[in-house]
Amino acid sequence: MGPRRRLPLAVWITGLALSAAACVPGTDGSGAPVPGTGAGSAVPDPARAGRTTLTIWDQEIRGGQNDELEQLNEEFENRYPNVTIKRTARSFTDLKTTLKLAVTGANPPDVIQANQGYPDMVAFVRAGLLAPLDNYAGIYEWNTRYPATLLNLNRVSADGRRFGTGRLYGISQTGEYIGLYYNKELLAKAGLEPPTTWKEFTGGLGRLRRSGELPIQFGNLDKYPAIHTFGVLQDQLGAERARDAVLGRSTGFDAQDTTRAAATLADWVRRGYLPKSANGLGYEDAAKKFAAGEGAYLLTGTWQLAGLKKTMGDRLGFMPPPPADPGGPPVTTGGQGLAWSITSRARNPEVAAAYLDFITSRHAADVMTRNGVLPAVPGRAADRVPPQSADGQMIAGWRRLSAADGLVPYLDYTTPTSYDTLSESLQGVIAGRLSPERFTTTVQEDYDAFRRAQRSQQPQPTEPR
Amino acid sequence: MKTSAPAGPAAATGGTESKARSRGRRRAPGEPRAIGYLYILPALALYSAFLLYPFGQSVWLSLLHWDGLTRATWAGFDNYRDLLTDPALRAPFAHALLLLVFYSALPVAIGLLLAALLSRDRVRGMTFFRTVLFLPQVLAMVVVGVAWRSILAPDGLLNDTLRTLGLGSLARPWLGDYDWALPAVGLVGTWVGTGLCMVLFLAGAQRIPRELYEAARLDGAGPVREFLTVTLPGLRPQIAVALTLTIVAGLRNFDLIYITTSGGPGNTTSVPAYEVYHRAFDTNQVGSAAAIGVALTVLIFALTTAVSRLVEGRRP
Repeated sequence: MGPRRRLPLAVWITGLALSAAACVPGTDGSGAPVPGTGAGSAVPDPARAGRTTLTIWDQEIRGGQNDELEQLNEEFENRYPNVTIKRTARSFTDLKTTLKLAVTGANPPDVIQANQGYPDMVAFVRAGLLAPLDNYAGIYEWNTRYPATLLNLNRVSADGRRFGTGRLYGISQTGEYIGLYYNKELLAKAGLEPPTTWKEFTGGLGRLRRSGELPIQFGNLDKYPAIHTFGVLQDQLGAERARDAVLGRSTGFDAQDTTRAAATLADWVRRGYLPKSANGLGYEDAAKKFAAGEGAYLLTGTWQLAGLKKTMGDRLGFMPPPPADPGGPPVTTGGQGLAWSITSRARNPEVAAAYLDFITSRHAADVMTRNGVLPAVPGRAADRVPPQSADGQMIAGWRRLSAADGLVPYLDYTTPTSYDTLSESLQGVIAGRLSPERFTTTVQEDYDAFRRAQRSQQPQPTEPR
Repeated sequence: MKTSAPAGPAAATGGTESKARSRGRRRAPGEPRAIGYLYILPALALYSAFLLYPFGQSVWLSLLHWDGLTRATWAGFDNYRDLLTDPALRAPFAHALLLLVFYSALPVAIGLLLAALLSRDRVRGMTFFRTVLFLPQVLAMVVVGVAWRSILAPDGLLNDTLRTLGLGSLARPWLGDYDWALPAVGLVGTWVGTGLCMVLFLAGAQRIPRELYEAARLDGAGPVREFLTVTLPGLRPQIAVALTLTIVAGLRNFDLIYITTSGGPGNTTSVPAYEVYHRAFDTNQVGSAAAIGVALTVLIFALTTAVSRLVEGRRP
């Protein structure tokens, strides 16, 4: 094609670009409700709301989670026949990629599941797209239902800049934490008991290796799993310091802790405690290998429990990462499921709040337990789970962690870019390409850059209405 | 419609020759010139709505700082300047250009070789071979990605085969290896593209007059000489098409990276198309994502134009 043809095309494109340019995209945040909204202090009664449709976007599509929510939705509709629930369930990734358009669109859903951290929840709050729930938290006594650590993960500062503090913008149904799965048979074969202390655990790794077993199964092709593994290692050295860093309450991650944890990770790969080919092995593939008897331990989230149990049955054991002293308080990376939030343009926020309360109530917790899901606040059904089963161990571990305040939020909550920084650099640490010291510097640079950006924006001009 | 008089748009957009002709001749009677626009209207409307308008919007977004939610602010050419200065943004383009060797150069070269071999003599079961080699082209890229992810896994087919052959020292976690991940992903592209090139070249070779080969043989040309003097020039248009298709496929490569490596290990396999997605949906940098997209479009346009000029021999 000659230029003669291209010229009109270019004119076309420019013309269209200009017509698209007619509007600046985005909201100016004026949709944000006035602080302290959520009418009155009486418990809302959805039965009086008239015919209402509650539109919900969530990502609870996995077996037990889906069943649990379906059941709760049905019960809610039966209790309030005037309310119809319209549910849109998508995978985590699909929800993440479509939610922004949905909540900014003309017809936003009433209730959404927002991923905690800067890229999603904080961004939504800054754009004024979520309604603060502090008032409802008071009415429904969520403040006492949940441990403060968990509630804080759903908080965003009033200026929409900081995460982990400020107003409440969601509550979570489920709890989750990174724990230590173990294959009882393989441990017994190597003459090992399930470890009761961290030292016992690390001390047994060499023995497993010598007996020809892979000590810890691990796949990091998907990049994020190393964040969990590294987080657990870092937590053992200073959980409180790590938590402060994630929530922006300090000047960064403790350099010594970070370097030592990264050095341990690299060392474990070198010694063959973790598979040398970890960077090339998929996360789910690693879990499958562990279930098939390859690897004595697997360090990953509680969300894998149901699947692993299906294959391994009674051979599977589970615990939080063992504490420093026998019976001591455990620490680990973890938190809770995605936050259930109410959009600021929800047609009937009171019905939405009643729904949130319902799916996180004590009864809901029991429904979750019966479906193999770990509720953020376990109820009575949890007491009846056999304590020696993997589920029982998971619930007991969660209670110990909650009681000891031993949860450190996911490290990728730290800054908007920390997911990329951590996942890329940890692959380098595992491959032996990035020294632990260099890793610490990289993480600190990411931290500093974000704090600088935050400070420069801090005296935020009040946005025009 | 039998008339040879070009309708409006053809005259407006066509080459000099047709323009001169339409000016000198009267239109066919009873056919208003403007009706031509009506004929192309459906296609043009669709094209505008689904391609031109979004592209214009992308250009506009690339000039803004926008997180996808709050009000965008004017960025001017900041996002484009970052493309040149930020190493994290330059790397994906470097990787993409390197991948073109695997996505474009190798498939064309192998395709030519196969076509030259297959077209010389009658091969038994030719249709079968052609079908098998073309098959990857039919598969959805997602399927290809999933399949190769398992082949290239630490205990996958490739490493197992190497170990069986006593070449265990060569086995490695291909997709997780800092040096090998990019070539590994690239070779998947070669596997996908080769069949297409071969089929194109085979079809082209059939249109080369047999007499040329006979003449070459009479002049004492061997197979190599024959290939260089008859087949290769004869396949020029097909080579241009193959290069264009494979370059476009190579540069907009997203699915394969998304499924196999997510740009890892480190960022050794990050490519522009994946970066567009990552920035737009994961890190809320819509403006930057749009700038990458526009730059990628310009790059594809430039390369394919170069191909059509140099290889196909079209003059401006």
